[in-house]
Amino acid sequence: MTTRIHVQRVSKAFGADGRSAPVLVDVDLEVPEHELLCILGPSGCGKSTLLNIIAGFIAPTSGRVLVDGAPVTGPGAERGVVFQEYVLFPWLTVAGNVEFGLVLKGTPAAERRRITTRYLELVGLAAHAEKFPVQLSGGMKQRVAIARALANEPAIVLMDEPFGALDAQTRETLQDELSRIQRLEHKTILFVTHSIREAVYLADRVLVMTSAPGRIKRVFDIKLPEVRDRFAREFTDYESEITRVVKEEVAKVHE
Amino acid sequence: MTRALAVVGALAAWTIICLLNARAEFVNPVLLPTPWAVAEVGLTSARSGELGRHVLTSLGRVAEGFGIAAVAALALGLLTALCVPLRLMLEPVIEFVRPIPPLAFLPMFLVWFGLGEASKVAFIGYTTFFPMFVAIAASVLRVDVMLLRAAASLGASRADLIRRVVIPASLPGIVVALRVGFGLALFVIVGAEFMGADAGLGNLIMEGRTFFNPAQIVMGALVLGILGSLINALLLAAERRLLSAQP
Repeated sequence: MTTRIHVQRVSKAFGADGRSAPVLVDVDLEVPEHELLCILGPSGCGKSTLLNIIAGFIAPTSGRVLVDGAPVTGPGAERGVVFQEYVLFPWLTVAGNVEFGLVLKGTPAAERRRITTRYLELVGLAAHAEKFPVQLSGGMKQRVAIARALANEPAIVLMDEPFGALDAQTRETLQDELSRIQRLEHKTILFVTHSIREAVYLADRVLVMTSAPGRIKRVFDIKLPEVRDRFAREFTDYESEITRVVKEEVAKVHE
Repeated sequence: MTRALAVVGALAAWTIICLLNARAEFVNPVLLPTPWAVAEVGLTSARSGELGRHVLTSLGRVAEGFGIAAVAALALGLLTALCVPLRLMLEPVIEFVRPIPPLAFLPMFLVWFGLGEASKVAFIGYTTFFPMFVAIAASVLRVDVMLLRAAASLGASRADLIRRVVIPASLPGIVVALRVGFGLALFVIVGAEFMGADAGLGNLIMEGRTFFNPAQIVMGALVLGILGSLINALLLAAERRLLSAQP
């Protein structure tokens, strides 16, 4: 399988001199095509920072990220991003948000409409195309954000705790939807979360990071069927095993 | 309904004060024009076409001065907000000039631009430029960096970011800045017309003083009040329509 994302010895430190507050230390990571990789870790472990570096929003202090062999120097359309706080454009309708990337690319209007409708149907919002973001609930906003990222047809989707701000019910519904969408779209997805259950439900691999400064602690291959049962014995086994590993790190934070 | 009542109430109060004063003579009744005296002066002036000429002259100057200032404030506000070195250079200068009351510079404008139209237009432009410029630059600076990130990861170039994110995101702030600027232009036109003007509402008011006609002074002030509130209501309505989709 081809490697889509290649993180090479990436370190990041904040602070005035760029070294005083290390956040990430020597992260090496390869993400193959079509994989959904979940990144787990205690708060402040740098998992969002890693995602922001891959997205090209911030530069690493040392090391580099290759996407399809080319070094990342800034954000780009081949890496779609879904943010925790949705970040929809409030002056555009739902459809306007979803077709934003297509407008930038100069896709003809008829084609744009076709693609927009397809992705709005995929996330179950076809009936709300003409609404504005303020008129939507949190779960609906995040569906729009997912449709907006996918409609731009990126090879890679970076998701930064996308369901973190939602209530438990909506959260599980959206996990089901993302799992279903991934079975159709086969994107390469990097998914940052602090929910172990969410990670086991969605991921092909789960990467657990150490507490700050973040390093890769362990990587789990999740060998479960594509459609998962949150109450199956194998599922809960993974859940408790990963919980044990994460807890070691959380405990360090409190020492 | 409440508004109509308030207007009637104010007129009634004015009338009562005038009538009481006519008996008790707290001040010389000549100095306190009655509503009907003011109405009479207004009607005479309106019939002869004088009032219309004054109003149009003032509004023309306001529109011209405000228009120039608005275009300049938009262009420079955007540029300053987006270009960090320019902002660092301009900030201290603006922070120094801004608190100086614009009226302090009015004589300077007369010296530079003469007694004609140019000095009035320039003065209005100068007065309204700073508050609009500062407010526009501030609303551009307030644009959420996350919106820029979202657009950039959808493939937006720098030009796309300005056109499709920065401008629409700061539009509510820009519209408010323009409305406040226009109100301010109406505010200072009178001062500009006090000196060396041959027409305009400020000139009408000054003429009332020169020829000792208090009713004319009050009439000029009332016309300004009516114009100001009408235009403000219009601008507010336009603003609501324009921003109806915004949160």
